[in-house]
Amino acid sequence: MNGCYDVIVIGGGPAGLAAALEARRTGAARVLILERNNELGGILNQCIHNGFGLHYFKEELTGPEYAGRFIAELEGSGIDVLLGAMVLDFNDGKTLHVMSRSHGYQELHAKAVVLCMGCRERTRGAIAIPGDRPAGVFTAGAAQLYMNIEGYMVGKRVVILGSGDIGLIMARRMTLEGAKVLACVELMPYSNGLNRNIVQCLNDYNIPLYLSHTIVDIRGDKRVEQVVVAEVGPDRNPIPGTEMVFDCDTVLLSVGLIPENELSRKAGVQIDRRTNGPVVYENMETSLPGVFACGNVVHVHDLVDFVTAESQRAGRAAALYAQNGEPQGPCVEVRNGRAVNYTVPQHIRTGNVEKFVEIFFRVNNVYRNRVIRISSGGKVLASFKREHMAPGEMEKVAFPKALFPQIADGEITVSVEEEEAQ
Amino acid sequence: MTELICIVCPKGCHLKVDEEKDFAVTGNGCPRGAEYGKKELTNPTRVITSTVRVEGGAIRRASVKTSSDIPKGKIFEAMRLLDNVTLQAPVHMGDIVVHDILGLGVDFVATKNVPPRT
Ligand SMILES: Cc1cc2nc3c(=O)[nH]c(=O)nc-3n(C[C@H](O)[C@H](O)[C@H](O)COP(=O)(O)OP(=O)(O)OC[C@H]3O[C@@H](n4cnc5c(N)ncnc54)[C@H](O)[C@@H]3O)c2cc1C
Ligand code: SF4
Repeated sequence: MNGCYDVIVIGGGPAGLAAALEARRTGAARVLILERNNELGGILNQCIHNGFGLHYFKEELTGPEYAGRFIAELEGSGIDVLLGAMVLDFNDGKTLHVMSRSHGYQELHAKAVVLCMGCRERTRGAIAIPGDRPAGVFTAGAAQLYMNIEGYMVGKRVVILGSGDIGLIMARRMTLEGAKVLACVELMPYSNGLNRNIVQCLNDYNIPLYLSHTIVDIRGDKRVEQVVVAEVGPDRNPIPGTEMVFDCDTVLLSVGLIPENELSRKAGVQIDRRTNGPVVYENMETSLPGVFACGNVVHVHDLVDFVTAESQRAGRAAALYAQNGEPQGPCVEVRNGRAVNYTVPQHIRTGNVEKFVEIFFRVNNVYRNRVIRISSGGKVLASFKREHMAPGEMEKVAFPKALFPQIADGEITVSVEEEEAQ
Repeated sequence: MTELICIVCPKGCHLKVDEEKDFAVTGNGCPRGAEYGKKELTNPTRVITSTVRVEGGAIRRASVKTSSDIPKGKIFEAMRLLDNVTLQAPVHMGDIVVHDILGLGVDFVATKNVPPRT
């Protein structure tokens, strides 16, 4: 392995796999994937359930099968892969400091870098639950890793805090393996998980979902023995007198994911406070020229198919950067309007768009029969109808290039409006 | 009339199924939803996924799934068939792990390659 590449991809999950393959197809001669684990596939290796690939492959695959399709494509593609290789640091000169089992410490150089480090889970510390600190409290993803990769059962009587998809999937998984899941407790009046997961993971097994509830106490000496759950008011504070006690030995936390950006921050990549991921242009380039990012490291995705599409764009752009350097031209800012929590991309270089640019975002509440609007200079440029929108489901709209000449003051705003207000 | 959420794809359409009109479905975003709505009220089925032990492999568990959906009422019985299964590495995606589950004509198949331990 000689130290100079056209494109180096950090992380070998679905984002990294798609980015590397597309960079190669676009003509990058030397492409390398660095993955700290001993196998490629990222989080998909522990997501053994089905529900992946309906958009991209038009069939329903399990996580390992979805990753397996891309891993199979790597063979004979001429892409180098280094497993057990942790990237410690990189800088805007695109020198990477890498520690690997096979080569020890190394400095590698690239013309373009693609960040595909995924995300990690919020932990109990990040949400501050009162009570004792006994054993038996896991993040849902850690429990998933123990069960599906290591083959250990983490508990027998379980309460799940948070109704994110990982928590829902684990409720079913533990039930199938013989555990009793007593409750899934959600602070908000709606679930952040996909509807289909509520149906097939909770309803199928008669697991109650308590919306607008939270855990107010965890009791236990060495191991969890009880949790106390209470209803919360509109201010999200517990309502006295609504407490319920559950006898359980395990608490799973499914309270959200945070993009993994220590490396990006150290390198000086600009981070968006709303996504916790890098601010990106239409081609997934970050604030550092030649450094691209895609997948869960940019914003948390619910569907791997969208990760693949986004990462292909990043991979293609990285290969083009390695060949031609930085695209130039005017840049439009994307602003968040009413009910919109964030957008990706945050900047659009209009000259770099072919037919349309896809804008991804999340809304701040559950809405029915609304219109997504793109406006500029007080004028509506495009509207898109939606029957149902929820924070747990990423939205996307395709904004056509034909409308770019109508953009005023170099900015557009994405907002969600009542239908009749049109 | 029964209200259901379609689970065939992540869109999760809100379906209405009319038992009186031969399970006619409304609210579906695509034809697969109509099929699901009818089946869910007449013969609900699910694909089941789990893991089994692997010996001599680079990792200790291989993930598996049912090759097709099985009746909801048979899920726990089917899961028990996996309790005593141990595979020998290498395991290949698509390998049959349990043949003809409960006489349903559906197999448990591996969803992952497990190379031998090196
Ligand atoms: C529990 C769960 C259930 C899901 N269910 C579904 C579903 O049913 N359907 C669906 O479509 N999607 C689902 N998703 C979403 C989808 O799986 C993810 O969005 C997708 O896997 C993200 O891919 P990624 O490559 O960005 O991240 P990851 O898969 O997390 O990959 C990141 C990789 O980077 C590596 N890495 C990180 N830092 C470094 C470093 N410094 N050096 C080297 N390597 C590094 C990590 O080891 C990892 O392999 C689910 C996600 C989770 C967590
Ligand atoms: S009806 Fe079609 S579009 Fe709607 S959830 Fe079902 S499969 Fe998806």
